[in-house]
Amino acid sequence: MPDPNESARGFAGGPDSVGTSAEMPDVIPVTLSVNGKKHDLRIDPRTSLLDCLRDHLHLTGSKKGCDHGQCGACTVHINGRRVNSCLCLAARHEGDEIITIEGVGQRDNLHPMQASFVTCDAYQCGYCTPGQIMSAVALLQEPCGPEDADVKELMSGNICRCGAYPNIVAAIQTVRGKNSDKKAE
Amino acid sequence: MKTFQLTRAADSAEAIDAAAQATTAQQGAEIRFIAGGTTLLDLMKLNVEQPEKLVDLSRLPLDEIEASPDGLTIGAGVRNSDLAYHPVVREKYAVLSEALLSGASAQLRNMATTAGNLLQRTRCMYFRATEMPCNKREPGSGCAAITGANRSLAILGTSEHCIATNPSDMNVAMAALEATIHVRGSKGERSIPIADFHLLPGKTPERETLLEPGDLITHVTLPPPATGARSVYLKLRDRASYEFALVSAAVVVTIADGKVTRARIALGGVGTKPWRSNEAEAALTNQAAGEELFRRAAEAALREARPQSQNGFKVELAKRCLIHALKLATQKA
Repeated sequence: MPDPNESARGFAGGPDSVGTSAEMPDVIPVTLSVNGKKHDLRIDPRTSLLDCLRDHLHLTGSKKGCDHGQCGACTVHINGRRVNSCLCLAARHEGDEIITIEGVGQRDNLHPMQASFVTCDAYQCGYCTPGQIMSAVALLQEPCGPEDADVKELMSGNICRCGAYPNIVAAIQTVRGKNSDKKAE
Repeated sequence: MKTFQLTRAADSAEAIDAAAQATTAQQGAEIRFIAGGTTLLDLMKLNVEQPEKLVDLSRLPLDEIEASPDGLTIGAGVRNSDLAYHPVVREKYAVLSEALLSGASAQLRNMATTAGNLLQRTRCMYFRATEMPCNKREPGSGCAAITGANRSLAILGTSEHCIATNPSDMNVAMAALEATIHVRGSKGERSIPIADFHLLPGKTPERETLLEPGDLITHVTLPPPATGARSVYLKLRDRASYEFALVSAAVVVTIADGKVTRARIALGGVGTKPWRSNEAEAALTNQAAGEELFRRAAEAALREARPQSQNGFKVELAKRCLIHALKLATQKA
């Protein structure tokens, strides 16, 4: 897990931005469209989209794992494509349509992929799950072959430290209507 | 992360004018273009890159792919995933599609751009760790890798100042396809063959490319595919996916009557730049295709290899990778 102090760095209010007023960055205005709703914000230009979603908009479904684009826990959709929100500057995404896990489904109205993750027991601790589901939902629209190996390849940007991979593949294959080597129990 | 000013370029001229104010376009640049951001923001979080100003290129119209009888024109801002899945690339430049899809993750390929990939920075851990010496990051500070953890680092094109590997897969395929990089700068436009674009580290490892302040890569062109050519990208790594190459090979070969009539060979994971092997190409050309020939070509490609303390295995691995890639390419129907 990342050093908790590390995750605060580079963000407005984090340790690195404490200094004299001359060193304080200009806060810039940005309007973001998240899950169909517009938000007028004033943010430090360093703010990643992930930090903006979590700390400014209180959409804490997207998770911070590595903060370097290596784990996939922060995966969101921008204009329909999955990306690592930790490697996006929030201020660059005015005019883009951002969808987070909160916009994919709700507690009483699960997306079929969320329901399939539940049915297939495709998680253990759940920390990586929002990112896994955002990747899996995007994968449905991508050129992906029919086999489990094809799914594994296209899901390799989402790390699960509990090792729920076989059930994650089964959950995705179930939604795709493909047979998985690992049957849901 | 150091704070910075974020501006958005309305057009290429504005972007070039803004970036031309920097003293360098290389390591330590005060002004950086930002497109996909996958390398730059990562390095800014590590304080390896500390630009004072970012010029956002994402609204510039540089994201077109155009196929014509003269070849393929790829906009600098084309995303890696769009390039990899483009029907013309899949059909006529398979080595490029395969190389792109072997790199990074689906999310990163959706973000990373063609020009950004050309400028991808090394994964050498000492370059990425500001508490360690690194001649590339801080000229004159020394190279911690030569006496340190160098298992993943380069064996070709190294110097006593730097052994960092160019990490890109795309660049290796682009080298074998003889791509040309088109740059617009404050002094006009110029076209640079990819073989000349990346520099060997020598005594100045902080200089990685020919780019000067204000230079904007606008597009990359590929010549038409050679008639009857078959191509393969083969990548060997520590895990099956989402991992940088230990070694890789991009081969584009044409066979007629059992003989290799034309070969373009480039290696990845072993060079300080995308490693075009004219030696392997010369060994292959006009010779009877077969394992014996492929072994000779591989020996030629690695003849100048200078392994470090922990990466001697790469010499034989790279040879076997090239031999196998040539077998795959020549077996293709």
